[in-house]
Amino acid sequence: MSKPIVATTSLAGCFGCHMSLLDIDERILELFQLVEFNKSPIDDIKTFTKQCDIGLIEGGCCNSENIHVLKDFRKNCKIIVSVGECAIMGGLPALRNGIPVKECLAEAYLDGPTVGNNTEGILPNNEELPMILDRVYPCHEVVKVDYHLPGCPPRADLIWEALVALVTGNELKLPYEVVKFD
Amino acid sequence: MRTTVKTIIEKYNNDKTRLMDILMDIQNNFGFISDKFVEVIARETGLSIVDVEQTLTFYHFFSKKPVGEYAVYLNNSVVANMKGRAAVAKAFEEELGCKFGNLCDDGKIGLYNTACIGMSDQEPAAIINDTVFTSLTPLKVKGIVQQMREGKKVTEMIDVIGDGNNSSPLINSMVFNNIRKEGPVLFSEYEVGAAVKKVTEMTPNEVVDEVKSSYLRGRGGAGFPTGLKWEFCRKSEGPRYIHCNADEGEPGTFKERVILTELPKLLFEGMAIAAYALDAKEGIIYLRGEYKYLKNYLEAVLEEMKTANLLGENICGKKGFDFEIRIQFGAGAYVCGEESALIESAEGKRGEPRNRPPFPVQKGYLGMPTVVNNVETICTVVKIINNGADWFSMMGSHESTGTKLISVSGDCDFPGVYAIEWGMRIRDLLEIAGTEDVLAVQIGGPSGVCIGSKEFKRTISFEDIPTGGAITIIGKDRDIIKDVVVNYMDFFIDESCGSCVPCRAITVLMRNKLQKIIDGNGVMNDLDDLVDWGAKMKIANRCGLGQTAANPILTTLENFREKYEALIDKDSDYNTGFDLEKAVADSCAYVDRVPNL
Repeated sequence: MSKPIVATTSLAGCFGCHMSLLDIDERILELFQLVEFNKSPIDDIKTFTKQCDIGLIEGGCCNSENIHVLKDFRKNCKIIVSVGECAIMGGLPALRNGIPVKECLAEAYLDGPTVGNNTEGILPNNEELPMILDRVYPCHEVVKVDYHLPGCPPRADLIWEALVALVTGNELKLPYEVVKFD
Repeated sequence: MRTTVKTIIEKYNNDKTRLMDILMDIQNNFGFISDKFVEVIARETGLSIVDVEQTLTFYHFFSKKPVGEYAVYLNNSVVANMKGRAAVAKAFEEELGCKFGNLCDDGKIGLYNTACIGMSDQEPAAIINDTVFTSLTPLKVKGIVQQMREGKKVTEMIDVIGDGNNSSPLINSMVFNNIRKEGPVLFSEYEVGAAVKKVTEMTPNEVVDEVKSSYLRGRGGAGFPTGLKWEFCRKSEGPRYIHCNADEGEPGTFKERVILTELPKLLFEGMAIAAYALDAKEGIIYLRGEYKYLKNYLEAVLEEMKTANLLGENICGKKGFDFEIRIQFGAGAYVCGEESALIESAEGKRGEPRNRPPFPVQKGYLGMPTVVNNVETICTVVKIINNGADWFSMMGSHESTGTKLISVSGDCDFPGVYAIEWGMRIRDLLEIAGTEDVLAVQIGGPSGVCIGSKEFKRTISFEDIPTGGAITIIGKDRDIIKDVVVNYMDFFIDESCGSCVPCRAITVLMRNKLQKIIDGNGVMNDLDDLVDWGAKMKIANRCGLGQTAANPILTTLENFREKYEALIDKDSDYNTGFDLEKAVADSCAYVDRVPNL
């Protein structure tokens, strides 16, 4: 049997979840025995080269680029997993959700205390740039998400166990401490 | 200005438990309650600024910003919409050139939406500076706006005078009673004061026993046995209080308005009887702010009752039988109809329901044992005392004795108040209300149940379908999801006190899910989610509001599931409804860029 293929990406996240994945330490060698990586920052493959089994998504969606990548993942992966708070609920980037996007842009580019050099009041609008969404969306509000791995970031052990469970078909145990945050 | 605020506060002896009255007087005097006023109130009453603020911001009719010389509160309930509210609202907006939720005409006139104002039998209706305007039409709106611009007094703007006591000089209102069926209990002839005279010859325990043996149950909705409530209260050491719940905020209910208009003496006498049974010296009528147009009239009746020695000191010559009633006005908060929230509000606080136990009969108003009874319940007691418990319990059904006032409104020829015997079939009520082609009947307001024709054989009773009194008839041409359920969910979202997270958050999530379905993005799984979340609402909220806030969706899903399924694409198993074009529209417009999707 060929090895399951895993893809990963970070959307509106901080790469912390990917760092947490690296925190599995030497087990990363074991992981490479178990699975093959495709599109992912881990092996620096930029585009999907084949259909994958598992897509791990870090971060929610704050711009059009995130949407395209997420939809691309949904198309190319059998199973999509939202990894971490931002993918599941929007996380820190979603702090802007109560504020109209116009006000956010004005604060970032025109009125904020650190925009001194933008004397001409330029707002980024080059068509090469991703378009900003009206709010930050959790992944499951854009595409169907099969599993959610909670945490900020999810502990390395949890990511490891979840991956092993998915690959081996065993049940994943989510201890209370892992899903309770307050 | 400050001196006036101080005078108002002094009028209430700088008493922090009278904060509702203080805020209301300031609101009425100045049209708003500024930060400066809040500071003065805090200083003079010994409250902290946030204490004052949290009460102030809780109630719909208090405002930190000016609401206008004329503040128009137009009802946006389901029935108001059925009766043409949209055209009336449009007329207001067009005449004034501004939208609801804003001040128009240089701050002279404010337009605001408000929840049901208890006029469902004469909608569309609005309250302008405490005066009620009923059966509005776009044409009438033109006239009203013109008169407001001329600076006319609102009381001089009404063009019709209602029936019964509505036409008395102290009320002088457009409101009609619409009593369609009088029934043998509340509206029957009686001698004012006879019952209270009779109880002075009994012991308090005998009075409690008489009420107990009538099997009278609370008329507000929950149906707790009244005599038992009194007995529990007597077990706690006093001073005890009797509160009358006249908050009727359940959309579609208006029967208490009619009692207060036509039978206030019956109510006050009932409270005196309760006071005698409980050995209470003080009583409060908690009256919804929407009924402030009855204030002068009710106060005059209270005086009259005192003069007749039916209230005050040594009532009916019985030494030591002293009882005073104070009217406490609410300020537009549905949740204050919940008894512990009502008590909180009467103490000058936010109307947040308390945790129970302790129950109000143990620790209620000011921490003292308090009985909270509905207006209709208290009035019924008088008739029970007069005619005997046996007379009363012969009527109705086994678990629901006596009669019940029902407020009927919606798609029918004869909206109004019906006194029916418990156990009446819904079908029979629909017939006398003059209906044809009924799609659904909402029983007990938004927190009740919505049933279809298959269930019309069922009865109005505690054994079958209980109700606090609201029956809203929904005709065949209505879209039950868009016209009814959405409005009810918005109502609960607005009226949740926010204390319990499920009530605050799941109501919004369910409303969003409903919108997703209406927008054509629903999948079958969404219906399962709604049922699942609704079930959690029942177990995870503190008070009746939260526990029933999912009912508009749950009961229509149960009885009209096909209406939901018709909106759903059954081939799709997942649809988030995400629309990229819509999501980037705002930011692209702001940075001046054509979206490249």
